[in-house]
Amino acid sequence: MKCLFVTVGTTSFDDLIACVSAQDTLQIIKSLGYSRLVLQIGRGTVVPEPFSTESFTLDVYNYKDSLKEDLQKADLVVSHAGAGSCLETLEKGKPLVVVINEKLMNNHQLELAKQLHKEGHLFYCTCSTLPGLLQSMDLSTLKCFPPGQPEKFSAFLDKVVGLQK
Amino acid sequence: MEGVLILAALGGGTVAVFIALRFWIVLHHRVVPRESLSLLVVAGSGGHTTEILRLLGNLSNAYSPRHYIFADTDEMSAHKIRAFEVDRAERYSSTMYTTHRIPRSREVRQSWLSTVLTTFYSMLHSFPLTFRLKPDLVLCNGPGTCVPICLSALLLGILGIKKVIIVYVESVCRVETLSLSGKILYYLSDYFIVQWPTLKEKYPKSVYLGRIV
Repeated sequence: MKCLFVTVGTTSFDDLIACVSAQDTLQIIKSLGYSRLVLQIGRGTVVPEPFSTESFTLDVYNYKDSLKEDLQKADLVVSHAGAGSCLETLEKGKPLVVVINEKLMNNHQLELAKQLHKEGHLFYCTCSTLPGLLQSMDLSTLKCFPPGQPEKFSAFLDKVVGLQK
Repeated sequence: MEGVLILAALGGGTVAVFIALRFWIVLHHRVVPRESLSLLVVAGSGGHTTEILRLLGNLSNAYSPRHYIFADTDEMSAHKIRAFEVDRAERYSSTMYTTHRIPRSREVRQSWLSTVLTTFYSMLHSFPLTFRLKPDLVLCNGPGTCVPICLSALLLGILGIKKVIIVYVESVCRVETLSLSGKILYYLSDYFIVQWPTLKEKYPKSVYLGRIV
């Protein structure tokens, strides 16, 4: 059972939620073989009606203490450009599409998403280009994401504060 | 009358030179070998806290006690820090931490002038707290709250009360530009760490260790 997880973090991103829950997009998602769509909508005011049929389930919620489980179950993640969501998804090795909120210009969070896109770790689009991208993208072209190296930080810090080994 | 003015100018000049000298000495302090050190962590909202806890997760138990400061409205950080420390207590038996709340220094999209005023207001809370805790090290990664705390820590050094090492880690979100806190603390921190090479090129004094979160 293939699952698509959409997450907007602690913000709201009504345009994205409206876009993925529109009939046309739902058809595309179904045609790609997904049978479950989970929407984490944060503070959003667009709240699609959850439903469950034999072939397809739509789940909707605002927040959970941890998105870990939903990320783990997902075969594809569609996320806002928040750094936390991007990094957490990539670390789990899940394919990621970042959707930019054009209503938030000069949002510094975009810097990270753009850079990670440049390095080939994720796909990058706006609400209007999302349906097209879902159909055309090839997930196998994404590069694997190496983990960060906090041990380099601790080694550096131990040295500069004078901790004896 | 003129004499008074000259005296005042001389006095003012001496104080300025003294402060500048202290400032220089504080920022060029030699490393003292030690067994352990107390750490003051300035946690910010959401992503900032997650990032700084990842860095802390890799530090040895020599960094103890850990004092956490976060904005008084920030329940999410309080929750994350508690979870982090509960988990840590399972691994290290004699681990210590405290938490402290201060007024938020800057709300998102607040104007520059009112930022200066709220930062000043925030100093009134930050300085007594920093003075009381007298940490060996301040670690922060960019929430507005960290500027008054770092200023207070620096002031402890300038007044000769305690040399506090200030380490600033710019958030991994910052690829090409520094945050407002980063732009200020670039000049005031002992070590300024960036996580992308573009920033290292723009800010040569910074330290680049790769992506560390």
